[in-house]
Amino acid sequence: MSAMPFGRAEAPALFRYVLRLGDLSLVLGQRLGEWVGHAPALEEDLALANIALDLVGQARLLLTYAGDVEGLGRDEDDIAFLREHGQYLNPVLAEQPNGDFGQTIVRQVLIDAFQLELYERMTASTDESLAAIAAKAVKEVRYHLRFSRNWLVRLGDGTPESHARVQSALDALWPYTVELFAEDELDRTMADAGVAPRLPDVHAAWARRIDEMLAEATLVRPKDRAHSWHGKRGQHSEHLGYILAEMQHLQRTYPEARW
Amino acid sequence: MSAPIEDNRHWPLYEVFVRARGGLDHKHVGSLHAADARMAIDHARDLYTRRLEGISIWVVPSKEITASDPTETDSLFEPARDKIYRHPTFYEIPDEVKTL
Repeated sequence: MSAMPFGRAEAPALFRYVLRLGDLSLVLGQRLGEWVGHAPALEEDLALANIALDLVGQARLLLTYAGDVEGLGRDEDDIAFLREHGQYLNPVLAEQPNGDFGQTIVRQVLIDAFQLELYERMTASTDESLAAIAAKAVKEVRYHLRFSRNWLVRLGDGTPESHARVQSALDALWPYTVELFAEDELDRTMADAGVAPRLPDVHAAWARRIDEMLAEATLVRPKDRAHSWHGKRGQHSEHLGYILAEMQHLQRTYPEARW
Repeated sequence: MSAPIEDNRHWPLYEVFVRARGGLDHKHVGSLHAADARMAIDHARDLYTRRLEGISIWVVPSKEITASDPTETDSLFEPARDKIYRHPTFYEIPDEVKTL
């Protein structure tokens, strides 16, 4: 295991932070997987499945590392499949339903841009493991955003019907983006230690990128509103329960099942 | 040439060519549907290069390809059959030449 910038005393904080990153990829990957067999075209089906698999791959690396940091001998599967609802630390945006294709694309754009700005900066993390995971993830995320952005522009600047649909998806999902950038004590601790970038910096870069894309897609950026979502602290919308029921079913029914 | 029949329910078809690595030529690997060339490149990346098959992709609208007529196979290709002198098989190749 590579060097951590922290002693053992800080390990619980790092564990929680890595869970936030890992759970974001895990839950979004699981959501995108629901499209398999249902996408509007075979080609999009494969594209969404590829992105889902990239995200699950990131989750595997992050949750494995979280298990190392925790030091209790839990592996990626234990952490992915055997936690309770309130122990998942993904922002609630990731668990929002797929809706129509436009809503999936809007959710994807918002999260892809966030992950891109986050991981680009995290390649310089003082935590060698996170720096390495970020370096791998950033290449994948750059493609994810290329895909979701192209679709956002096509749909936003498309027919009146497609425009209306993505605008309403954007209006519905925008409130959840506030949580991505709501900096708390844990975020600050990680930034102070050089483990993670400062969230306000990530936010500013994200907002610039999003504004550019929305302009090109002829979409209107909704107003920020005060939020009451705290998925990063384990308080989730009702949707996560359904995701976990499906995701954990096999491991709970047949413990330690292997391929 | 008569105007192609436009099918509004499906995206047009594109032929995909992938270059496996530098120095090789692009090879035809298959086809796919896409709304335009840019989307075709993205789809080609996802369909045909997910196992490290390539470093470069070309896409061409299938309707832009003009093919030889199968009923003319005889007149097009048969005359070359008995002209073996067109093959460079009458040269002595020095041993030093390895990669011919």
